[in-house]
Amino acid sequence: MLPRSQVALLSAIAMAGLLAACASRIDDYFALIISNIGINVILAVSLNLINGYTGQFSLGHAGFMAVGAYTAAAITMFGAPKFAPAFTQGAGVHALFPIALVGGGLAAALAGVLVGAPSLRLKGDYLAIVTLGFGEIIRVLFRNVDSLGGALGLNGIPAYTNLFWVYAFAALTVYVVVSMVNSTYGRGFLAVHDDEIAAEAMGINTTRYKITAFVVGAFFAGVAGGLYGHSILTIAPTGFDFMRSIEIVVMVILGGMGNTTGVIIAAVLLTLLPEGLRMLAGAPVSLPFSAPFNNLKWIAETRMIIYSLLVIVLMLARPQGMFSWTNRRATKPKV
Amino acid sequence: MMKPNFTRRHALAAMAVSTGSLITACKKPEAPATTPGKPGDAKAAAGDVIKVGEFASLTGKEATFGQSSHKGTLLAIEELNAAGGVLGRKFELITEDTQSKQGESASVVRKLVSRDKVIAILGEVASGRSLEAAPICQNAKVPMISPSSTNPKVTEVGDFVFRVCFIDPFQGRVMALFAKNTLKAKNVAVLTDAAAPYSVGLATFFKEKFVADGGKVAVEQKFSSGDKDFKAQLTAIKASNPDAIFAPCYYTEAGLITQQARQLGINLPIFGGDGWEAPELLTIGGKAMDGTFYSTHYSPEDKAEMVQTFVKKFKARWNNEVPDAMAALGYDSALVLADAIKRAGGTDGQKLRDALAATKDFVGITGKTTLDAKRNATKPAVIIEVKNGQFVYKETVNP
Amino acid sequence: MTEFAQQLINGLSLGAIYALIALGYTMVYGVLRFINFAHSDVFMVGSFAGFYIGRGMPKESFATGFLALAGAMIVCAVLGVTIERLAYRPLRNRSKLTVLITAIGVSLLLENLGQFIFGAAPKAFPTLFPVHTFKLGGLVINSSQLVVLVVALALLGALQYIVLRTKVGTAMRAVSFNPQAASLVGINNDRIISFTFALGSALAAAGGILYSLNYQAIDPLMGVLPGLKAFVAAVLGGIGNIPGAALGGLLLGVVETFVNGSRFSTFTDAIAFAILIASLLFRPAGLLGKMQVEKV
Repeated sequence: MLPRSQVALLSAIAMAGLLAACASRIDDYFALIISNIGINVILAVSLNLINGYTGQFSLGHAGFMAVGAYTAAAITMFGAPKFAPAFTQGAGVHALFPIALVGGGLAAALAGVLVGAPSLRLKGDYLAIVTLGFGEIIRVLFRNVDSLGGALGLNGIPAYTNLFWVYAFAALTVYVVVSMVNSTYGRGFLAVHDDEIAAEAMGINTTRYKITAFVVGAFFAGVAGGLYGHSILTIAPTGFDFMRSIEIVVMVILGGMGNTTGVIIAAVLLTLLPEGLRMLAGAPVSLPFSAPFNNLKWIAETRMIIYSLLVIVLMLARPQGMFSWTNRRATKPKV
Repeated sequence: MMKPNFTRRHALAAMAVSTGSLITACKKPEAPATTPGKPGDAKAAAGDVIKVGEFASLTGKEATFGQSSHKGTLLAIEELNAAGGVLGRKFELITEDTQSKQGESASVVRKLVSRDKVIAILGEVASGRSLEAAPICQNAKVPMISPSSTNPKVTEVGDFVFRVCFIDPFQGRVMALFAKNTLKAKNVAVLTDAAAPYSVGLATFFKEKFVADGGKVAVEQKFSSGDKDFKAQLTAIKASNPDAIFAPCYYTEAGLITQQARQLGINLPIFGGDGWEAPELLTIGGKAMDGTFYSTHYSPEDKAEMVQTFVKKFKARWNNEVPDAMAALGYDSALVLADAIKRAGGTDGQKLRDALAATKDFVGITGKTTLDAKRNATKPAVIIEVKNGQFVYKETVNP
Repeated sequence: MTEFAQQLINGLSLGAIYALIALGYTMVYGVLRFINFAHSDVFMVGSFAGFYIGRGMPKESFATGFLALAGAMIVCAVLGVTIERLAYRPLRNRSKLTVLITAIGVSLLLENLGQFIFGAAPKAFPTLFPVHTFKLGGLVINSSQLVVLVVALALLGALQYIVLRTKVGTAMRAVSFNPQAASLVGINNDRIISFTFALGSALAAAGGILYSLNYQAIDPLMGVLPGLKAFVAAVLGGIGNIPGAALGGLLLGVVETFVNGSRFSTFTDAIAFAILIASLLFRPAGLLGKMQVEKV
């Protein structure tokens, strides 16, 4: 008999399959939004391991995503046709794609080691800037590799992403992160977050925990990147800029750092919001306001302003995030 | 080992999935399954309006281009409708904003194609964003016409992707010939924006042609979009003693480069491509811009009656604004589409595609449009000179 | 040789701007021990303030120039104090992470407000000061380059004087050294911190105006890159150390200019960050800083 958590994982994956089977019944646009939700869940939950549970502050998640996206695309576009052409058609694709995704994840994990290493000596503000710098360096490097399309990026990536892969990996991400943090071993992440010096004094190998957080977080960001690339079919260095990282950070902060449920809700809402606004933007509403406010366009235009205000207000009034009820961090917020 | 919270964990793992399924469950019943390849044409044909989708960078960094293009397209659609539409049916233009952001085009174009069920897509100016939309249109077999993406890769995506402007290899060749024949330059320095695909492509094609014609590239210096300081690159260029400087970049950088070049005492001719086309070029570059040249798609000074009528109508519609090349191309893209619909006798995706591919000698604002086998337009380029703070028509280069 | 000297001039004038912004980072860090992410956006606001103040006035005159400069410095000083009062002060005793996130939030807020109010497309900055170009042999120096260098050095001197020789400066150092002890001896910590923010933000405004005089296209995201570079400069020189920030800025400006003039120009930004990472790993206290052990 499997433990119940693994049953949950398996049933989640089965549901992902079911979802994918229904996907042909919904239109392309909806399918893309649902797929983007899953990808953002992966990104936010994996960043939450680094920023939330372990208390490191990474601003370079889009960089990991880029590494994964480029690596996975390189595997399916260049690697497979050359070395294993059988995999590029028919049922072979179903084997090739997860391999490519894991390959992208591993490449990103390697980058995670590189970024995690300085974090051994840096904290807080410095680490934030270093990870931000890392994200920029990644972009500059990809821009200078002509075989990966240079500034124009890679286009003509095969459309392998479907809802099954997105949600299977989303479920796996949630499972891995939650299991890790809730295990005896995983208490170390929280210890590093709460008080690094005390944790060290207690005999916890803080170095190993920090590197682990970066490696695991980066791995899943890389997988998300691979899924994103095979869904959008064109990737360019400009798509993985600082603002992309910030979007993920905002999801984690609004959801509540170290609160996986909250972060998932935030990821879903923040992905749906702009699309919902897009639908509403054109529609006139009769509100007793002056001309600029007689349709909902202004919300779409001020979306980022509202996000940043929310971040500030949350930090001042509710640092545990918006979606936190009986969480460990809510009962005793670490301030 | 005791595992706390496993019921919650269960909930968590399932949650990601159920959100998705929920949305699936509450899909609208009246929206039938769209099989890709048949964008609901049978229904629309009987109906009244022809839905055309447009995606443009209406906000964000490249809003200048997107706004111009959109104003041109909208003007054309309004005129077509005023004249009674095509085949007795009027147009409805549905415009979506890409916010000048990578990744946004994919969402909005999918929305236009599968939600709004448009029969054709018009857009974008930037090649990078057109490239994102192209595979979506290709898969859905909805013809896409890019008004002004000049990178050759855009139409290589598939046979449903067209453009009404010339492509960078041609533009590079035009500027190489211009440098050689008009500027009499033998030794040209190139200053490329390594972060902009447009700039990298144009620089490459320019160098190929210029070197093939016996010219020499003195030195190629690079920068990244958003840079403000070009003195280092310009100092290195000055040391290589060129006859002229080719700067295929966007207008902000072009203005700054020219200004800093003049400050450093480099009084050589500086020239670029259609990315320079914006009134801001003159405000940012100021007096320094005199003696610079760029290639573009049309000149509002063109004496042809059609062009002058267009300029007049555009000014009347848009607050006395002089239409630039992006506006003219946006206008032409809509007219080319309308013409193809007329010839196809309907809006069926495949027939419309074939009609578009057969576009020949269509007379528009930016000259005669003939779409070649690669679905690119071959049309003349115009060279503009900046003289006394004004854009002045210099010459036309035919293909 | 001429090329080398010219690049050195270019590098120093670029570095002077970095130094000017870096001074603001360093001052706030010195007193509060946190990095004010929003500093680079205050720099942007300074530029736009100058843009709007100078718009209706005659161009290329010293009167306009100084008026715009003074106006922008006042606007930003007020802005800096407001930000500190509303966003940072309530978090004085909270974890560093909370303050850091708030600072990022403030920075994003200013950037997005800027895009909403001013539009995202670049605007042309007017020539506020009269411009002259001096030629020395093959070398070319622009008057705005000179102005930047002179103003940066003058402000550096003034800051050193304020911090080391005046009463308020002594109080600043006391708060930096030990806030509790400082308040015990009768120093009003809040007032000193407000003063530091006002001073730092005014410097950012001056930096913004001088930057825009040299590079005449301003947009709401213009502060991001120079801000990051200035931060690198501050860390390189030793954060919290005023001469260090100036040294770091000049050094970074020169290095960047030489990279830009070489074949590797596309790697400039990557190199700036590589310098940051290297200096944090190998000399975390910076070139002129003193090593400190974290207190528990």
